[in-house]
This record gives sequence, C-alpha cells and structure tokens, in this order.
Amino acid sequence: MKIIEKFSGVFLIAGVFLFAGAVLSLGIWPAMMVDQVYPRRGLPIDIPEDFQSYYSNLDDYQKAILRGRDLYIREACWHCHSQYVRPVANEELRYGPVSTPGEFNTVLQLPQLFGTRRVGPDLSREAGLKSNDWHFAHLYNPMSIVPETVMPAYPWYFTKTKGKVPVPNADGVAIVAYLQVLGANFKNQRTNLDDTSSETMPPKE
Amino acid sequence: MSLITNAETKTVTKATERESLVDYDVVKYHFYAFMVYMVIVLLSGLSYSLQFLQKYPFPGIEILSPGRIRMVHTQAIAYGMLANGLFGMLYYVVPKLTSFTVWSHKLSQFLFWAYNSLVVATVVLILAGFAQGLEWAETPVILDPIIAIAVVIFVLNMLTPVWKARANTFYVSLWYILAAMIWTPLVYVFGNFLPQYVFAGTAGATISSMYIHDLVGLFVTPLGIASVYYLLPVVMRVPLYSHALSIIGFWGLAFFYPLNSAHHYLWSPIPMWAQYASVVASIGVHVVVYTVVFNIFATISSDWKQLQTNLPVRWIFTGTLAYLITCIQCAVQVTLSAQEIIHFTDWVVGHSHFVLFGTFSFWITAWAYWLLPRIWKTPIFSVSLSRWHYWLVTIGIAIMQIDLLAAGVVQGMMWRSMAPFIDSVKASMPFWWVRTFSGIVILVGEACFLINMYMTWQESRNKEAAGTLELQGSAT
Repeated sequence: MKIIEKFSGVFLIAGVFLFAGAVLSLGIWPAMMVDQVYPRRGLPIDIPEDFQSYYSNLDDYQKAILRGRDLYIREACWHCHSQYVRPVANEELRYGPVSTPGEFNTVLQLPQLFGTRRVGPDLSREAGLKSNDWHFAHLYNPMSIVPETVMPAYPWYFTKTKGKVPVPNADGVAIVAYLQVLGANFKNQRTNLDDTSSETMPPKE
Repeated sequence: MSLITNAETKTVTKATERESLVDYDVVKYHFYAFMVYMVIVLLSGLSYSLQFLQKYPFPGIEILSPGRIRMVHTQAIAYGMLANGLFGMLYYVVPKLTSFTVWSHKLSQFLFWAYNSLVVATVVLILAGFAQGLEWAETPVILDPIIAIAVVIFVLNMLTPVWKARANTFYVSLWYILAAMIWTPLVYVFGNFLPQYVFAGTAGATISSMYIHDLVGLFVTPLGIASVYYLLPVVMRVPLYSHALSIIGFWGLAFFYPLNSAHHYLWSPIPMWAQYASVVASIGVHVVVYTVVFNIFATISSDWKQLQTNLPVRWIFTGTLAYLITCIQCAVQVTLSAQEIIHFTDWVVGHSHFVLFGTFSFWITAWAYWLLPRIWKTPIFSVSLSRWHYWLVTIGIAIMQIDLLAAGVVQGMMWRSMAPFIDSVKASMPFWWVRTFSGIVILVGEACFLINMYMTWQESRNKEAAGTLELQGSAT
C-alpha cells in the first residue's frame, strides 16, 4: 500500500495512467470513432443566388465563409448561440431536425462551435430562415428589429454611404454569408415557431 | 494523522533556514497579481451583466464589445486570478512540505513576469479580436505554444523539490500538487491543440469538453484542495481529522475526475455511450467531494469557536460549504433528464460562479488573509472591514446562485413550452437585474478586501521606514 503514497506511485498511477486512460477512452476513442465514420466535408460549391451580387467567383465566396466563421469566433457569437439541436425539449419543433455527428465534420467546425449557452436561439439551422437584409439590419442594430433583445450591436461591420445609410462592409457580408451556410442542407425540413405568423406553425399530427 | 510532516516542523524551528527556503517575494507578487486580476474580473463581469439589461456602458465600441469582454472575464478568472493565487500558494507550500527550495528563485521571478505578461497579452489580443474559439481556451492560438512551454518550465521548477524529497512519504497536499503538476501541461496541450487543428465538429467537442472539465477538475480542484489541506491544520493548530479519508479522496479524484468530460455536451451528437459514461463518473465524483468536505468539517469541529475568531478558518468553512452545495447540485444537474431543461440556461452560469468564486476564490482569500499579513509582519488593518468583506461577498454569491438557478429553470421550461424565444428573454429580465445587483454586492465586498489589504501593506511600509518592523515578529 505504501507505493501509492510515494512519489513514483502518485506520479505514475494517478498522474499518467488514470489520466491517459480517461483521455483515450472518453476523449480520443469517441472522437476518432466519429471522425472515421463520417468523412470531413468541404465548403459549399455553389454561390447562392442571394450572394451572387457580392461574390463573382466561388473562391471569393468560400474565403468569405471562412472569414465569417473567424469573425463569429472573434465576437464570441458562439458564447450566446449554440450550434446543435438536441433530441429533447421540443427542439426539433423549434429549430429543425436533430443534429447528427456527421453533419459537423466540416472545415467550418474546426474548432468546433457547439456552444454551451443559449442567450439567443440556436443557429445550426439558420440558413434561409431570415433574409440577408434582415441579418444586416439585425447586426447593425438588433433592437431596431426585436426591441427586447439583449444582443449587442455590431456597427463596425458597416460603412456609411453619403446619404448616411449604413451598408455592410466586406466583413459584414462575410458574417451573413457564414450564417446562411449553417444547416443549409436542412432548409426544407424546418418549422419556425419564432415567426408567429400562422402559416409557419407546424402541421398537427 | 499528523499535523504536517516532520520536514515541515523541522523547518519551522529553523528560522534562518526558512528565510531562504521560501521565496516570499514571488509568493507576494502572485497574491498581488491575484488581486489585480480580481479587479479586472469584477469590472468585466459587471459590464457584461449590464448588456443583459440593455444598459451596456460602452455600446458600439469594437474593442469593448460585450462578447469580447465576456471572454476577458473568464480568461482573467482562470488564468489570471485563480492561477496566480494557486501559484503563490504553491511557491509557499511545496518548499515547506519538502524542505527543499524550488529549482531556482531567479527562475521563479522570471516565470512570474513571463506568465503574467502572457495573461495580459491574452486579454489585449482577445479585445483586439484574436480569440480562439474554444471554451475556457480563448487564449489566442499564437500564445498557446508559449504558454505551454511556460507551464512546463513552471512544473519543472515545482517538481525539483518534490524529486529531491522523493524518499519520504508525502503529506496529502503534496500528492494533489504532484498530480496537478503532471496533469496541467498535458491538459493544456491536448485541449488547445487537438480541437483546433485535428478534430472538427462532434469529435472536437468530445476533446474540448474534456478540456473544459479538466481545467477545473485537474488544475484548479486539486490545487485548491491541496491548499486547504495545508492551511486548515496550520491556522487552527489542530491535526487533520483523517489522513485515510484524504487518501480515498485523492484516488477518487484521480480516477473519476478525468472521466467527467462529455457531461458538458449531454444530448449532443457525441456518441451516447461516452455521455452515459461521463454521467456515471460525474456521480462518482461524490467520493472525492464527501471525503474532502467531511474531513474539513470534522477538522473544524474540533474547535467550532474559531469560526468566529479565526478569519481564514471562516473563509475555508464557507468555501467548503459552497463546494458541498455545488457538488450535490452537480449530481442532480448531470442527469440526462435534468439536462433536458437546464442545459444552455443560466443554471450552468450560476453553477460555475459558485464553484470558481464561491469555493476556490474563497479558499484563496483565506490564504491571502493568512499569508500576506505574515509576510508583511503587520496585523490586518481593519477587522471590521474584513467582516464586511466576508458578509457582503457571501451574501452576494448566495443571491447570485439562487437567482441564476431559478432563471435557468424558467428559461428551460419556456423553451420546452415552445413560447417564442424572445419571451424567454423577457422572462429572464428580472433575474438578470437581481444578478447585476448581487454582482455589485460582491464588488463592494471585494473593494473592502482590496482597501483592507492596501492599508495593511501601507502600514507595513510605514513601519519598515520607521524601523519598527522586526519588533512585531510574525503578526498572526
């Protein structure tokens, strides 16, 4: 028994073996399991209609999405908006199809942006939910659209034209380009209850 | 069963030896840094909470955007405030328990300045927009390798006396420290690099959740427990209640804590077996908690009166009570059914405030109240200010805890009820007001602490100038 009280005992058993065991069994193993089953996906290969006025070639568009992702990290958007739909608490009705491991194995999720807090709604099914203009206005001043919101304004992603009209700069467009990619594959499988108009209510089962 | 090891008592008697054994300057600096970061933490927390009331004091300023301030808040807590307090404690405890000095006092000084410049650089770069997108690891990616190297050098500095004393059996504090010294660099490296460069999405979340948990579980927790196991017998002048219990607690921590990871992403696409395993392990953590809590309370029970008269004991007691409450809470909130409601809500925010502030910050405050007056050789400036500090902070964190837990349940229920999302924001508003109020109470309490410490320091300077310092001896 004395060995576990000694330098080498504590060092090897607690410090190395138990820790390594945990990292391998509940860290690396499940991570590799997911990683190997679902191949890593790349960026979208079509420019959506709404963005064709901003980006003429695919390369620019893909770069903008990555830039938008970086801005999403820099502004800590992910601290208030999660990016996965759970199979509980009616989230399927609120946000759309439940998240699966495979859908996140993309370059946009390196590093992962699951998030652990929802001050605002989940964004993993955000694509196409709102128009680009809605997003621009909302980023410029969220309270102008939702008076009760606690989301901060991001005026530095806009420049003022001569007529004092704010227009999004390259970064502003990039953020929205990124937001409109999130869950684009699920566009037609979603019900939106936050929109209170009656035609978007889910069909009764 | 012993108060502290023989090595300790030997060194205590040899006053001259003690002087060179511990580098009091480094210990002092780390506690000063603890207090400086505390100011940053409190101010950033307060301004961020005002955003929730639509009253953010610096709207429209890019470098003071609330999102960035939030990351400064958490980074300053983990790497600024708590780490500095714990490092200061280590520079005192490790030489005392092993009766050997750290590798080099010069290196300790250098590491202090290097480490804290890195933390300041982290804060500046996050504000400038270079944050990393991983929770508790927002340190910009360019700083990660440098910090990893600094941590490894720190560990070598700390392990030198342990290596020299390896023939002895160690007091339990030293086990916790030794284990934490091995875990911390490993945790830092895998948590910062694997999800950033190797594993994406779900796989990345599996690793990242491990980092979120291990930073608290394998760095802050063992060092915090080590610090109270050392401090409590010393300040109370009674032996630790049970050495055997502390051993069980240690091995419980070493076994269960690293397996807790996936409970930060329950109901996520992470493989379900990993989630179940982490839930079971999280409940196993109670082995650790109850042994620690029982041991500390039983030690204090030998002389309850000291709760009134002995300031550090009171801080340790309250911190331990908070530890017990959070961990009972943990067993409830970690179940998959509770997660349906409280995940993503303010409940989690309340829980983390209670753990990092209510428990670990309280324990480090006990250290500050005990150690700094001794180093300054001056009794604490004002007992009444220290009482104000204790009661304001305790009441403040209690209000914050109850408020955020309730807010969490309300938010979770409203989301499940399918009310429009903005309704949950409206319903949270009263809770967020109370949260800001409780934050201000804590802020005022900590201001009492900082003023008290500053005045004590000033007094010691005056005495030093007047040449009367040595006459005072060790004040407490």
